[in-house]
Amino acid sequence: MTTALRRYPVLIALVLAALFMVVPFLIVAVNAVKSPAEYSANGPLSLPEGLYLDGIKDFWERVDFGQKLVNSVLISGSVAALAVVLSVLNAYAIGIGRIRGRTWVLAFFVLANMLPQEALVYPVYYLSKEVGLYDTRLSVIIVFTVIQAAFGTYLLSSVLGQFPREIIEAARIDGANKWQVLWRIVVPVSRPTLGVLLVFFFIWTWNEFLLPLVMLISNDNQTVSVALGVLQGQRLMDATMTNAAALLGVLPALVFFLVFQRTLTRGIAVGAVK
Amino acid sequence: MTVTVERARVAKDARRQGGSRHRKDSYTLFLLPGALAFLAVIVVPFLMNTGVSFTDWRGVGTPEWSGLANYRALMDDSEFWASFRHSLFMVVAMAAVPTAVGLVLAAALFDYVGKHFGSRWAAVLRACFYLPQVLPIAVAGIVWSWILAPENGSLNEVLSAVGLGSWQQDWLGDPDIALYSVMGVMVWVQLGFPLVVFMAGLQRVDPQLYEAAELDGAGWWRRFRHITLPQIRPETYVVLTWCTIAALKVFGAVYVLTKGGPGGATNVPSYFSFTTFFEKTQVGYGAAVSTVLTVIILAVSLIGLKLQTRAEDAEEGVRA
Repeated sequence: MTTALRRYPVLIALVLAALFMVVPFLIVAVNAVKSPAEYSANGPLSLPEGLYLDGIKDFWERVDFGQKLVNSVLISGSVAALAVVLSVLNAYAIGIGRIRGRTWVLAFFVLANMLPQEALVYPVYYLSKEVGLYDTRLSVIIVFTVIQAAFGTYLLSSVLGQFPREIIEAARIDGANKWQVLWRIVVPVSRPTLGVLLVFFFIWTWNEFLLPLVMLISNDNQTVSVALGVLQGQRLMDATMTNAAALLGVLPALVFFLVFQRTLTRGIAVGAVK
Repeated sequence: MTVTVERARVAKDARRQGGSRHRKDSYTLFLLPGALAFLAVIVVPFLMNTGVSFTDWRGVGTPEWSGLANYRALMDDSEFWASFRHSLFMVVAMAAVPTAVGLVLAAALFDYVGKHFGSRWAAVLRACFYLPQVLPIAVAGIVWSWILAPENGSLNEVLSAVGLGSWQQDWLGDPDIALYSVMGVMVWVQLGFPLVVFMAGLQRVDPQLYEAAELDGAGWWRRFRHITLPQIRPETYVVLTWCTIAALKVFGAVYVLTKGGPGGATNVPSYFSFTTFFEKTQVGYGAAVSTVLTVIILAVSLIGLKLQTRAEDAEEGVRA
């Protein structure tokens, strides 16, 4: 009992620290539903008197938030799916095919993943203008598919390197070619790892800022992150609308987090220790 | 004589074609789409960027070769040096502090909360700490620039509410404190990553180690120092490397919070190269900045990788 009592202060300290992490979200949520008049009268810390949703509605219409959501989902979803396919193809050759010089090939992919986007951004911007892909969602999809696949290849190669070879050999003896072995055996068996990658690629792409900021200048193509970041820079909004914007930016991430909490925390550990 | 040579050659060819070559190298085909895509999106742009860094180019017309002129100019550019100095502050805020605090928090959550209050508590608390990590950095920037606003900002309101009104500041607008404010936000953003990695790492530590130490009367701090720290050394190197790289690359937060201001007080290399590229359109110069940044990041990655493999080797040595 006494030891338990001694432990409560630790728990309380940790709960307070956790609260500090979450408090910004709470203040944003509270102020997003206040009217401007209420906000200027009572300040940011008071509890809302009622539910005022016009700020959220105004902001939604003003930036055409629905379109931004569609863009973000489209871009992140395509990148996640395509990057997983690309990673699987690469990792199949490296991890299972054990192609010659695979250590170097793998080192190349790791380097590609470490490379700062700043060292690619101007040429990517310039080249995409040359080939007519500038300010298209496709340009961002292509670039991030490759960048995410660099990490995916690195992670999947070591996972597939430990794939039970008897299964593959048995399938080959039964007459399956490499293509069939890949899609009918390797992919289904590795599904949990692929799921983790899919979730990560989606959320990483969703949160990306620099390249979408440079590549997507027209309003119709912008992602949620870029639209919010650019608006913030212009400082055109009042406090309630700023909070409405922040809340709308937080919500998708929050939903995603609650749905995939386990995958995210498990995946981050898998990715880090590999 | 000729016949045997001929036969040997035929056999060798056949072996090469039908045997090992066919079995091994035809997997190369699977690498083809990836290789082409990487060539187009990573290799060519990277080489272009490096090439452009040796030229005088404003983004239009033909680049003019200028040798090392951009790099020489960088040496005398106080803005450039300031941005890298701020990078060191970011490494403290995004790598050193989150790793140290994350270690203590992870150990406390695992060792105290998990054991004495149930793993549910530990999981919920872990989720709270991890939450900022899933947020787009632009959104985190909006949230914080509003909280840190000089008038009606929540932080200043809280300070006056608890009677510390004299501590109120223009957190992001005062050149003397803006960098520290950004650092504070980055600690908040970054903390969840090391915490989650360390908690996962602690799960593979043999619980008997802790039990034995507790029976021997070792307090929390001694268990932390002599069991936790050595056991999760590999994770520590990974986390430090990843976070240092993230700190060197930080862009979105600076863009949204301060735009490198006030007066360049929070400028960082990636923001510096961004403005040099797209606002000043000194493409050659911007390319030089980003090339220097790349070299530093690759060096950090290599050192991190080296430390990590050495830690893993040492660990295996202990096990064997």
